[in-house]
Amino acid sequence: MKRSLMGRLWPNLVAVVLFIFCVFPVYWMFATAFKPTGDIIAEDPVWFPTDATLEHFKTAMEVDHFWTMVGNSLTVTILAVVFSLIIGVTSAFALARMRFKGRRGFIIGFMLAQMAPWEVMVIAIYIIVRDADMLNSLIPLTLFYMVMILPFTLLTLRGFVAAVPRELEESAMVDGCTRMQAFRRVILPLLAPGLMSTSLFGFITAWNEFPLVLVLNKEAEAKTLPVWLSSFQTAFGDDWGATMAAASLFAVPILILFVFLQRRAVAGLTDGAVKG
Amino acid sequence: MTVQKTERPPSGPTEVQTLDGGPRPKGPRRSPGRLAGLTPYLLLAPAIIVTVLLLGWPLVNNGILSFQNLNMRQFILHLTEWNGIDNYKEVLTSEDFWRVTGRSVAFTALNVVLIMILGTLVGLLLARLGRKMRTFLLVGLVLAWAMPVVAASTVYQWLFAQRFGVVNWVLAKVGFDSMADHDWLATQYSTFFVVLLLIVWMSIPFVAINLYAATTTIPKELYEAASLDGAGAWKQFTQVTLPYLRPFLYATTFLEIIWVFKAFVQVFTINEGGPDRLTEILPVYAYIEGMGNQHFGMGAAIALLTIVILLAITSFYLRIVLKQEEDEL
Repeated sequence: MKRSLMGRLWPNLVAVVLFIFCVFPVYWMFATAFKPTGDIIAEDPVWFPTDATLEHFKTAMEVDHFWTMVGNSLTVTILAVVFSLIIGVTSAFALARMRFKGRRGFIIGFMLAQMAPWEVMVIAIYIIVRDADMLNSLIPLTLFYMVMILPFTLLTLRGFVAAVPRELEESAMVDGCTRMQAFRRVILPLLAPGLMSTSLFGFITAWNEFPLVLVLNKEAEAKTLPVWLSSFQTAFGDDWGATMAAASLFAVPILILFVFLQRRAVAGLTDGAVKG
Repeated sequence: MTVQKTERPPSGPTEVQTLDGGPRPKGPRRSPGRLAGLTPYLLLAPAIIVTVLLLGWPLVNNGILSFQNLNMRQFILHLTEWNGIDNYKEVLTSEDFWRVTGRSVAFTALNVVLIMILGTLVGLLLARLGRKMRTFLLVGLVLAWAMPVVAASTVYQWLFAQRFGVVNWVLAKVGFDSMADHDWLATQYSTFFVVLLLIVWMSIPFVAINLYAATTTIPKELYEAASLDGAGAWKQFTQVTLPYLRPFLYATTFLEIIWVFKAFVQVFTINEGGPDRLTEILPVYAYIEGMGNQHFGMGAAIALLTIVILLAITSFYLRIVLKQEEDEL
């Protein structure tokens, strides 16, 4: 059985190589962010940040308007998520639990909306927002992000609502609840985990959005973090330490959320797959 | 999805499927007649209204703008000058547009082929690995998947930096001395190479993890039956695994085509479509013409054509998906 040893060995070797391929860029971002400048511009790369420093984070955070942009990103993202949840959950309920004319059409419509090519609509949106005299404002950004994440939110929540056993709702109604009360007291609490993961995915999308804010908000006070980061390297010449510190600051919240969410996402995929 | 890493919309647990939406048994307090019939529409109204206003209207407006002569002057003075199909004539007869279109299609094709082949292989590898190794590789994949696009693109610029970039250092060490101070963003193909690597790197995890999840649902009996019939490993793969995975492969290919075709952020943040506008793909081309050169009408025409091309490319699959959904709902 000479072959079986090799047969067991090579997948593991490939896995290690792949792991390095996947992780190295992320690792290099953090490593560079913590290395003193002397190590960053050394003739041979310094692979581990042995003399870790917070210098670069300080540089990145002292950029004009940094905290304003953090605030902008948080405001726009959180509001967009909250609004789309509120709007999404009622629609999800209707689509999951009621039978009415045009239901399929609505579902297909939202599926198509989920694939909307926002990247190529920026010109039209720019003209609309300019004519409404709302460039460099957080309001249009919030609203557009809300619509961007709404289809996903709504369709996902529809799945979660459908998974709540109908009998629970019915027995609440037999006990004298109105349909609205049954929804509030029975379905909504059971939806909590679903609401949580759906909103985190929405958060990631809105937090990362780049083309629209690039076009709409050109003034420093109105920018969000992705635009700040993309222009950082140009603004700071070749200060890669500070640039990587900025990238780390931007990426860390998302990395944490994503790792936290991953288990749920894969589980969901498998559930969906069973029926396929 | 998209999530879209939003960007890429992550594939959440969408279809937990039980719905039939059948008629409710009569509850004790069912509100009567006409009002009850309106309820679903009222519940849906907010979502529909905001979607129509903020997604539908920009799409329509994009169409309207594409028939206007709208440059800096008209823009500043708020003038509306119709010019019929002049924008389309100009775009469709310009060599640039066709060159960019060809480039976009080739770029998308190359990316998607690489992503699908490598992603599938990684997915199958995940299925083969032992438990510990699999978790280990999954962690790596998830990290790459989770990395925000703009952050990833910044890191890739640093990896491929002309001076002190780690890629040039490695290449010089293994014997390509001429690469020591290579400027990756100086030529068309090497810029595209960096963008391609970035996109493939961030897209493989989605395909691989999806595919792995799909393999876990293949009933073991199928393999047992196949091996009773005397099928070897390869035959089991082509006759059990592959047919079972086909729907997943189609679906992910379809999503990847859409995502890569619209890869504005990656191309733009790496080198803004440069050098000399040679790495512009359609969405970037529309942006540079429309916003950069302030030919808003022209830009809108290019944007609309981009959407049409994207629809044409995906229409075949879109039809299948829609039909499938229709049957299922």
